[in-house]
This record gives sequence, C-alpha cells and structure tokens, in this order.
Amino acid sequence: MKEKSLLKKITGSREALLVVILILLFAIVTALSPSFLTPKSLMEVLKNNSVTIIMALGMLCVMLVGGIDISIMSTAALSGMTIGMLLKYEKISNTLLAFVIAIAIGTLCGALIGLIISRADVPPIIATMGFMYIYRAMAYLVSNGGEWAGAATLGNYKDFANKSFLGVNSILWIMIVCYLFFFIFMKWTRTGRKIYAVGSNPNAAEVSGINVKNIKLLVYTMMGFLAGLGGAVHVAVYASAMPDLQQGGEMNVIAACVIGGVSMSGGRGTVLGALLGALILATITRALPLVGVSALWQNMIKGVLILVVVVVNVILQRIADNNALKGREM
Amino acid sequence: MNKKLVSAILCGAMVLGSVMPAAAAGVGEGQKLAMVVKSAGNAFMELAAGAFKETAEAEGATVEIVYPEAPTADAQIKVLDNLISQDFDAIAISANDVNALQAKLQEAMDAGIKVSSFDSAPNPDSRQIFVNQAGTVEVAQALMDAVLDITGGEGQWAILSATSQAANQNAWIDAMKTIMEEDDKYSKLELVEVAYGDDLPDKSTEQTAALLQNYPDLKVICAPTTVGIGAAAKYLQDNGAECKITGLGLPSEMKEYTGDDKACPYFYLWNMEGLGTLTAYTTMAMVAGDITGAAGDTYTAGELGDYEVVEAADGGTEVILGAPMEFNGENIEEWAEIF
Repeated sequence: MKEKSLLKKITGSREALLVVILILLFAIVTALSPSFLTPKSLMEVLKNNSVTIIMALGMLCVMLVGGIDISIMSTAALSGMTIGMLLKYEKISNTLLAFVIAIAIGTLCGALIGLIISRADVPPIIATMGFMYIYRAMAYLVSNGGEWAGAATLGNYKDFANKSFLGVNSILWIMIVCYLFFFIFMKWTRTGRKIYAVGSNPNAAEVSGINVKNIKLLVYTMMGFLAGLGGAVHVAVYASAMPDLQQGGEMNVIAACVIGGVSMSGGRGTVLGALLGALILATITRALPLVGVSALWQNMIKGVLILVVVVVNVILQRIADNNALKGREM
Repeated sequence: MNKKLVSAILCGAMVLGSVMPAAAAGVGEGQKLAMVVKSAGNAFMELAAGAFKETAEAEGATVEIVYPEAPTADAQIKVLDNLISQDFDAIAISANDVNALQAKLQEAMDAGIKVSSFDSAPNPDSRQIFVNQAGTVEVAQALMDAVLDITGGEGQWAILSATSQAANQNAWIDAMKTIMEEDDKYSKLELVEVAYGDDLPDKSTEQTAALLQNYPDLKVICAPTTVGIGAAAKYLQDNGAECKITGLGLPSEMKEYTGDDKACPYFYLWNMEGLGTLTAYTTMAMVAGDITGAAGDTYTAGELGDYEVVEAADGGTEVILGAPMEFNGENIEEWAEIF
C-alpha cells in the first residue's frame, strides 16, 4: 500500500521523477568514478555549468509563453566581451560595475528582441535568429575584430569566481539568489502567474485582461537580463573574454529546460524543473569524460541520454495525467 | 624599465643585424615591394608586417604595407588591382581565401610581378612560394621536447586538443606520436589520452578536470590550441595542481599562468617577426633572381641563416621558418603587451 503511494507520488510529479533520475545518475557515475561525489568536484560541476544553469531560468519564462530564444549566447558574448574590453583598456576596474554594465547591455538586447516579437509579431525563432547574428557580430566589433581579454588584463575581476562570501563561492551565490528570486516570482507573484496564463491559453489570458504583449516583452527582457549576467559570469569563471564565447551554448540551455519538463508549446514548466534539468545535463557533461567514454562518442551519448530522459518524462507525465483524470471522474 | 631596456637592445640588435650585411650587399637595392595583409587591426599580423618592412628597407628596398578595408578576399582583390597598375616588383600576401584570389594573382604574375605568400597560403597556382611559419614537424618536435623536459624524462602525459576533426591539431598530434615512437629518449613517456575540448572554455575545463581525476599521476598536459591551453592553465593554477601545462598559446592570454612557479613553465607560438623577416628575404631573393621559388632553391636569409625551398603538402612550394618561439617567465611580460 505504502509502496504504491510512493510510486504514485513519483509518477505524479515531474520534479520528483527528475530527482530520481538525478540520484540514479549520481549513483552510476560515483560507482564508475568515485571521485565524482566530492564537494570539490560537485562545486566544479556547478561552476562550470553556471552560465547554463542561470540562463535556464530565462529560457523557462520564454518557453512558458510558447516562445524560444536562440540569441541568448550572442547577447552573453556581447555583454561579456564589452566588459572584457572595458577592463582590458582600463576604462573600468570595479567588479560590481562590470556586472552592472553587462546586465544593462543584456537587458537592452532582450528588450529589443521582446519589442520586435511582441509588437511586430515576428515568430520568436526568426526574430531571435536575426538577433543571434546581429549581437554576435556586435561582439566581434566590440572586440576590435577578434581580440581577447585574457586573465592578466582583467584585474580584480578575474579573481571574482574564486572568492567566497560566508563560506559559499560567489558564483554559487549568484545562482542561489537567481533561483530563489524566480522561485518566489513564478509561484507567488501576480506577474509570475500571468506568464503561466499567457502560455496556457493566450486568448483566454487576453480576454481576462492580461496584457499579453507586455508579458511577452517582459519575458524576453528578463531573458536578456540573465543572458547579460551569464556573459559576465562566463568571463569571471574562465577569466577570459572572447567574442565567440559560448557559441552553440543556447542549445544546452534549451536542452536543460526540455529535460526539466518545460513544454515547448508553452504553459507548462517550473523553476525547480529547470534547475533539475540543468543539473542532469551538467552531470552528464561531467560524467562522460570521467568514466572514460571516448571523445568521439561523447556527443552521441549526450544526445541519446537527453532523448531518453525526455521520453521517460513524457511517458510518466501521460500516466500522471491519466491518473489525474481518473481522480476527477471519481 | 628593465623590460624597455631589453627590448631596446633587442630591437637595436635586430636592426644592426640586418643593416650590417646591407652595407655590404643590399639584396633589395632599388626593389619596390608590397605586402598585402589580411586586414587592419590585427596585432599578430602587424608584427610580421613591421619586421618585413624593417628588413626590406634595411636592404635598400622601398616597402608599402597595404591594408584591405575588410578581412575578405574581395577587399584583397581591390587592393591587388591597384598594386598591379603600379610598378611593384613583388607582392607578398597573406590570403583571406585559398582560391578566390587566383585570377588576380595570376594577372600579377603575368605582369612580371613576383608573388610570394606568408601566414596563410593561396592555392599553388596563385603563388610562387609560401613562407610557412609552422612546419608540422618543427611544431611537434618543440612540443615533444617540452613534454620531455617538464616531465623530467618520464611519466604520464596527455594531450588536450581542439575538436577531433581539427586538421592542424591532428597533424601535430600525429607528428608528435611519430617522434615519440622513433626516438628512445621518449620511451619512458606514456601518452595516456588525447582529450578534445572543442575550443570551448567550459568543455576544455571539464576535460582537464577529468584528466586529473582519472590520472592522478599525470605530469603534463600538452594543449596545442589557444583556448584549450588557457582553460587548462586556469584550472590547474586555481587548483594548485602538480600537473603542468604546455602547448601553443597567445602570450596575452597566458601571461597570468606562465612562469617557473605557475601552471605553465613555458609554451610556444610562431615567431611572427621571424616570419616577416624571412618573407622579406625570400621576396627580395625572388626579385633579384637568386631563386625562382622552385623546390631545391637555396638562399640566405640574413641573420636567420640558410633556407631551402621544399615541396608543400598542397602541391606548391614553401619554405619553413623553423621551430616555434618559446614564451616563458622571462619574456612573457614583454610579449603579452604585443599580442
């Protein structure tokens, strides 16, 4: 009886299932390579995937309204490269100021995308594809045609990712704050619930007095904010800014959300799910070279694992939906 | 202050070195040479262009460095058009495209202009010679010796490359493996793995972490790619690892990690100044008629010594500059300012 209810609980919630998958992954990887499950190693996993983990929050919101944003890593590159160059040529030296500038640039980039999508009604994939090229090109322009800002030129900024506050690494702090904020924002604020409403049924949302256009503008702006932050975090973690930073990384962010159970058609997905999806992806990325999978096979296995996780997730979601329906009939 | 002094002396020595023989011979006397670079604002290229100009002018030639307005083949065709209509004796070019310049460069050769190339070669039909800054074997030999030196002659080492399809990196890695097999002094070295960081900082960091965890006795990682060496150096240094890093990198990117007590004792990259100097001597020798650019031709390139033209892998001919340049704790400060 008890067993059944546990099974029901797991199949009843996507997040619980993802937790099980994550624990399973941890167990397998640790069995194959015991050094994986050490605090240092886990911290490295978080730090090395911090950009994806942070940006998954923005992508969650974008996908909740039925959109997609493939320009995010170009935005990150533009903001990261800009502060890299500002630090390199000693226009600024303050770490906090660098973060503020990167976030400001990202937010502006995101707002522009949001305006085009919400006001001109351009399909998100097309609009963000355009901006993907535009912002990446701007990152190259900012870099004087391909200059890098290396560790030696970044001043204090390069040490930021190694600093700790109250015993917790600075990058981890950023992630914690972001996730706490979005957890509360999405669950308990009116605007957060409006995002869900717009995604579930845009027409109904419109009729009920929600300004759908402004909600769309808002989610792309928030995505931009996080992309700018992600750019700054990338430069801090790798102590290096280059115009091609994180090229192709947007797929990791989208994959993290998809694994986390965020629906591509909108309306469904949670902050916890995005986090778990990003962590599962990070664990896979870390584990493959660790357990000695040949380099040529790593992408193949990564792809297969993503599909398996998503398919299992979808099947169990269907079971859960059926169970829920059954409950209603009774 | 010291640095300035050192570089002043170096510069002085270089100028002297090239001026002295000029007083005697002046290979380039009366020649009018043009160098077409890839684009403006490339510090790396600027080094080669500066050395080219300095060397050729010291030999009595007049030199014009030409900058296309964009880093494209189209922009280079425009400037080539211009150059052909003036009476230049030779054009040295770093091609923005392998094939696109063929018609223009052949037009130049038909007009009697000698066409040499450096840094990035146009196809064999578009040039008379290519000055290659990085002979595969020379690069591999330098890296292998670095690994041998840093490991102390024995122990485990690994390679952190770019992508598994990267042509340059694969050629160097193959050459390193051949060198290792052929000479007994490398027999105590054990290459445990070739990892691929795809030239992404995060993936390179991940691969470095995995290498350290899987091979706790790893002594050296050799990363023949600029992104890989930087990411690995940062990881090793942040973690205070025993394992060292060497390979090919950019001085400005590696400054933080290079030195005897840092993650990277020393690393390599082509000597772009040497490339400019050799290109100048090669071009002048062609104009003077000392060489035609055919395989087997030999000539003297001032201070750099004697060179022989050889067959290139693409079917044309080339001359190889030599071993790449070492960057270490002593000279990194100075070079990091330059590129």
